[in-house]
Amino acid sequence: MRTHSRSRAVRVPGGLSLRLDPRALVVVALLLLAALAAGVALIGTGDAHIPAADVLKALAGNGNAYQDFIVRELRLPRVLVGLLVGASLGLGGALFQSVSRNPLGSPDVLGLSQGATAGALVVIVLLSGGAAEVTLGALTGGLVTGLAIYLLAWKQGVQGYRLVLVGIGVSAVVTAVNGYLLTKADLVDAARAVVWMTGSLDGRDWDQVWPLLGLCAVLLPLVLAYGRGLRMLEMGDDTAGALGVPVQRVRLVLMVSAVLLTAAATAAAGPVGFVALTAPQLARRLTRSPGPNLVASLCMGAALLVTADWASQRVFGAGRLPVGVVTGVLGGGYLLWLLVTERRAGRI
Amino acid sequence: MSAPDFSRSTVNRLSAEHVTLAYDQRVIAEQLSVEIPDHSFTVIVGPNACGKSTLLRALSRMLKPSRGEVLLDGRDIRSLPAKQVARTLGLLPQSAVAPEGITVADLVGRGRYPHQGLLRQWSAEDERVVQESMRQTGVAELAERYVDELSGGQRQRVWIAMALAQQTPLLLLDEPTTYLDIQHQIDVLDLCAELHETQGRTLVAVLHDLNHAARYATHLIALRGGEVIAEGAPEDIVTAALVERVFGLKCQVVEDPETGTPLVVPAARKARVQRVTAAS
Repeated sequence: MRTHSRSRAVRVPGGLSLRLDPRALVVVALLLLAALAAGVALIGTGDAHIPAADVLKALAGNGNAYQDFIVRELRLPRVLVGLLVGASLGLGGALFQSVSRNPLGSPDVLGLSQGATAGALVVIVLLSGGAAEVTLGALTGGLVTGLAIYLLAWKQGVQGYRLVLVGIGVSAVVTAVNGYLLTKADLVDAARAVVWMTGSLDGRDWDQVWPLLGLCAVLLPLVLAYGRGLRMLEMGDDTAGALGVPVQRVRLVLMVSAVLLTAAATAAAGPVGFVALTAPQLARRLTRSPGPNLVASLCMGAALLVTADWASQRVFGAGRLPVGVVTGVLGGGYLLWLLVTERRAGRI
Repeated sequence: MSAPDFSRSTVNRLSAEHVTLAYDQRVIAEQLSVEIPDHSFTVIVGPNACGKSTLLRALSRMLKPSRGEVLLDGRDIRSLPAKQVARTLGLLPQSAVAPEGITVADLVGRGRYPHQGLLRQWSAEDERVVQESMRQTGVAELAERYVDELSGGQRQRVWIAMALAQQTPLLLLDEPTTYLDIQHQIDVLDLCAELHETQGRTLVAVLHDLNHAARYATHLIALRGGEVIAEGAPEDIVTAALVERVFGLKCQVVEDPETGTPLVVPAARKARVQRVTAAS
């Protein structure tokens, strides 16, 4: 007989009580540590190598001037963007997969990343806009695509399978549009577009950090507050509704949050593939806890993305291989494995 | 279990008043009125697609009537706060899915949701009620097992335990015996009867099997085409004429040798074939 370590309750006189799963807490702590460690390693990596101890010193403001400049001005923003993008994608993916009750219901598969790409391509190819405009275009593209999917999938509420199927359809259409836009581009624009489309952290600075940080600060508490309702939703709409969960409101708030997180992440770093798909599943396998595992997915996304970026720089050298290629290769392999095991379990 | 106060009143707590029920444009029932007697074990029967599950969804506010209203304690159920309703009325739908990798105790614990809040996530009372619910349904020794590993009968008991943990005086069950073999069907119905008798809860169930309904119900509602054809105690209303009218089946109704309740015995094939030939 398999048993499962039960969650513990922490109670304070006066009626306050919290429910905690010790294993999930340990997993979250370790993932957070891994993400930060990978971040420190990433800061130290580059043409000028800086040992981890010096990185920490410089972060605390005690390094020499040269290291302070490289660490705090050049590389810290890039790492922060990496952490935030990974966290947003991990959380967004966990929300989408839980709402659709399907591990394939992630923003990559639903066409949100493609939609953001379309927005960016329109700006690059048709409007020849600068970096800030591209970011705005990607954000708009992601939001419009998210809205389109929601409206198309709406039939007295949004159901899991319909959401995934509609998303795949939208994704196909938008991908075709993206291909068309690329053929219209001249050589310089096309090259720029392709670089953007791989997903990269190169050249990211504080301009990308602040909006993303602000968005996460607003959305994270909201998402966590609605997370309890989301747990109930996993048992089916009627079951959750009978327990007093405002089903449609929970779903709408969380879908909008997930679309915002994904679109903002994509706008900041390009469509970094498969983090949103893999992070929630990996997190779940580590915590072994049912439910959306929101915080663990968030930490897993951050750790995955920064580690992937670090690995690509270590193996191929700084600026050679965009992080999106690494996550794409790893994530694609994972997707195949997922399809095979889901097929074996008879779920697809 | 600290007996929740299921105090008696002269008016029944749950009723549907002239409701029109429809999915999109497909109308299932029009001007349907149904009263659920307090402290009864009410069973809704009828042929496939007669609207019995739809009625149950409307009674539990999962479906908004396009006309008319469902009254809970004299007020439109859709005007009441969701959590307040969830502390009064529980529903076990057919569509319930156990999340992957959830344990029995965890699943039953989710029934406590309407009693909890952001800062009151797991009180000592929650713990006690969950233990009690598992004990009552005989799944206490399975508490640490994964729901995926259980048999169909055990799983249904776990779901009922979850609904019990909600501590509602009214409990609605949509076809709780579907997909179970006969032994487990009886097992689940015995459990329902026990919950009804010992705790004074009002139970409403949709059942497929007319003989089970006649044996266990204290109040029977027979539906056909979205209309109530008959309602009352099974002994009073289940006759050969009613079964023919509701299900279009020629039969005899005899006395159940075990319980004395009506027992429906379908007519032999020969007799039914003759009837069809005569009619055409």
